Amino acid sequence: MPERERKQRPAPKERADEEVEDLAPPKQGEELKEELDDLLDEIDSVLEENAEDFVKSYVQKGGE
Amino acid sequence: MTVPKVCGIETEYGVALRGASDANPVLASSMLINAYVEHRKVGWDFEDESPGRDARGFAREGAAPPEIETHLVNTVLTNGARYYVDHAHPEYSTPECADALELVCADKAGERILARSMQAARRLLGAGQEIVVYKNNTDGKGNSYGTHENYLVDRSVPFATLVRQLLPWFVTRQVFTGAGKVGGENGTGHTGYQLSQRADFFEEEVGLETTLKRPIVNTRDEPHADPQKYRRLHVIVGDANLCEVATFLKVGTTALVLAMTEDDFIDKDYSIVSPVPSMRTVSHDPTCRATVELVDGGTVSAVDIQWEFLRLAQKYADDVGLEALGSEEVGQQVLERWEAALTALERDPMTLDGQLDWVTKLKLLDAYRERDSLGWDDPKMALLDLQYHDVRPEKSLFERLVRAGKVERLVEEPDVTTAMTVPPPSTRAYFRGQCLEKWADAVVAANWDSLILDVGSDPLRRIPMMEPLRGTRAHVESLFEECTTPAELVARLAS
Repeated sequence: MPERERKQRPAPKERADEEVEDLAPPKQGEELKEELDDLLDEIDSVLEENAEDFVKSYVQKGGE
Repeated sequence: MTVPKVCGIETEYGVALRGASDANPVLASSMLINAYVEHRKVGWDFEDESPGRDARGFAREGAAPPEIETHLVNTVLTNGARYYVDHAHPEYSTPECADALELVCADKAGERILARSMQAARRLLGAGQEIVVYKNNTDGKGNSYGTHENYLVDRSVPFATLVRQLLPWFVTRQVFTGAGKVGGENGTGHTGYQLSQRADFFEEEVGLETTLKRPIVNTRDEPHADPQKYRRLHVIVGDANLCEVATFLKVGTTALVLAMTEDDFIDKDYSIVSPVPSMRTVSHDPTCRATVELVDGGTVSAVDIQWEFLRLAQKYADDVGLEALGSEEVGQQVLERWEAALTALERDPMTLDGQLDWVTKLKLLDAYRERDSLGWDDPKMALLDLQYHDVRPEKSLFERLVRAGKVERLVEEPDVTTAMTVPPPSTRAYFRGQCLEKWADAVVAANWDSLILDVGSDPLRRIPMMEPLRGTRAHVESLFEECTTPAELVARLAS
């Protein structure tokens, strides 16, 4: 086997310090919920209509 | 001894032709590929026939399905990928990549190519018709189609050794590779949510099949490289991932376990008593606490076994290094991601929202269940499950989550766009892709391990490419710059 240089993993602590500066203040419960509601509304607007029939009509041949 | 973990992913996409009374999936798949190739004007056909680009019938108005005589389309793209019809699905095989991060980009580029294909196919379809593809692995009715990984493996490692290490590996890696599914199939009777699209379909431990009695470890022996030196491990047990972190983990950790196996570094037997039922046990438990029984005694969770593999891998990194994963840098990223994922899976899997597909999808489904008071058997659950994987950017629920900033990305979108047409620099895919980019007309046939050029004078010249790491940009970039004709290239290669 060819000799491989042993490499040191970066110390986890250093990386943790770097990340701390990037952290935004955590979002509050209400804010999170509103954000989620908005997202669900947006998804509602693109969801295929008539879920039952739509899903039923999706039939594939097996593959591979 | 380990060999570089050159890798690739083949994805069979689900395909539907909407608005047609008789939707032929083979035809729809062919149309997608032909439309893309025509659109890009860089395509090329394996069979030395013009692709079925005759638009007879395609542009007809009305709801009748398009009719055309078609053959199974098979093309190679300038990015070194293969894009073709397999069974009744459009399939995209990424070019060979040297590391997991490169493969994340190549795999994402495949999604974009399918999206572009759908768009290009619109002009070939009648009013009210549309071809739609899904990057998933099941129709929810017992029909599954595959996402296969491929890894370069040292031929001298006994296959039985690979099987022994890989069975527990594949059973347990589902905790981060799963793309999530509502319900159970293939007679498992599972209700509710499960980690994997595919787990229900595996019925054997080892075997050659891929379409029925699917084995956890597939024995296909088709190296597409020097058969004296290499195997190509063909992994059929994985799900199609949309989350880049999931793809990265799936490929990176599996490459690492293979490298450790080749170097005979795994000193403990993690064999599971009943791997096939255990696949389901693990998949059917979104809390990730279900246990399986070890042959050596004891019951452990999938995450427990994953920790064992990770600790070995960390030791392997220190003792041997991670160059086999393409570079130390990528190898270290794999280790860090892996450790973070296991830590989160142990504490609270839902914190991996935006990183793992099964969690990301589950979070969305849970939000709907709560808002609309839905049970798991509500058709809306199945619809959300399916549409998460829709490849059309405007319809894909996954893409909605990306746009909302809910999904962590590992590659930049401009790099993905580039990877649609430009091969990775680090493998023989570079040579293949450059030949097509420069001299598509002269390329008579191409395969993973060879390329046949028409240099203007007979006979045709076959260029073997049996070493996956030869023909890289570092090797042949200057050659392509200096040669003005394929004949010159052939002469230079022979000298």
